[in-house]
Amino acid sequence: MAQTQPWLLLTLVGADRPGIVAHVTRVLFGVGAELGETAMMRLGNQFAIMMMVRGAGKPEEVTGLLESVRADFDLKLHVDEIDASLHQHREPDISVTVHSADRSGIVAEVTAALLEAGLNILDLRSDVGGSAEKPIYIMQIDGESSAGIEPIEQCVARFADQGLTVRVTPLETMRG
Amino acid sequence: MPILTYPDDRLKTVCEPVEQFDPELREFAEHLQYTADQGPSAVGIAAPQVGRMQRLCLVDATRAKRPVDNNGPLVLANPEITNWKGFAVGREGCLSIPDYTGKVIRAETIELTAQDLEGRTVTFKMKGFEARIAQHEIDHLDGILFLDRLVSRHADLRQR
Repeated sequence: MAQTQPWLLLTLVGADRPGIVAHVTRVLFGVGAELGETAMMRLGNQFAIMMMVRGAGKPEEVTGLLESVRADFDLKLHVDEIDASLHQHREPDISVTVHSADRSGIVAEVTAALLEAGLNILDLRSDVGGSAEKPIYIMQIDGESSAGIEPIEQCVARFADQGLTVRVTPLETMRG
Repeated sequence: MPILTYPDDRLKTVCEPVEQFDPELREFAEHLQYTADQGPSAVGIAAPQVGRMQRLCLVDATRAKRPVDNNGPLVLANPEITNWKGFAVGREGCLSIPDYTGKVIRAETIELTAQDLEGRTVTFKMKGFEARIAQHEIDHLDGILFLDRLVSRHADLRQR
């Protein structure tokens, strides 16, 4: 039954506290739902969940199933039907690490340059560290390059003049 | 030869030493290489991945997409790592675990001793990608998969 239904993407966000994952997934397991790929992390003081789910009914039915947990944890819940499937992994071949004193525009400027150089972003995490008075911005990107590493290295070189430290590293997956 | 895939228990088994260095072993090594060639861009393979529970593996860093330091295509019987230095995080996949890759910490440089297909003792110094291959394959001989060594997907010790 589950495999004949389309994947849904659930996003849930709420103030971080113990039990969110266990309670949400227990409800889904209880109705025979299948989980696919998920990403869950703490952002700020919030806990954010993105989760592929199928076999629990239509989006409005899943929203209803989770209403009790949503209310208990004061979560924001959104459910969309998506045209997704498993076993679609891509392997990154370039890693880009960026850090600098925090200022606006770092992500927009760097990712625009990487796009121009042919990098498709597969994974991006960024964080703000340092102190409230002197914040620093750190971004880690894994991606696949359509034109090799040289255009990436050339495109990020200009950021040195803007106070950004950008490191580009080739990645190769060892398979044996 | 068909490749065993996780969660086959044989992939979790410690292998026996190679004791007979005969034409049958050499023929098996050729079949093992052929099997690895049929997989997706493999740079190594270990005997237990095809169900032969012996301490034999192939390591071939010449097949890396980007040129790396290497000792050429190697057939290693009874390999033992005798020295380790440094650590590096890298992404690994496995012929026995399709459609999944993850980050693993390995020693950056190693020295190992083994026997070739004639039973002669050989020693190698390896670093970087080749050292990673050897550690991954020797793990197979001890019933250890890269899944057993996964670190955070955001781990990063690459600067070296």
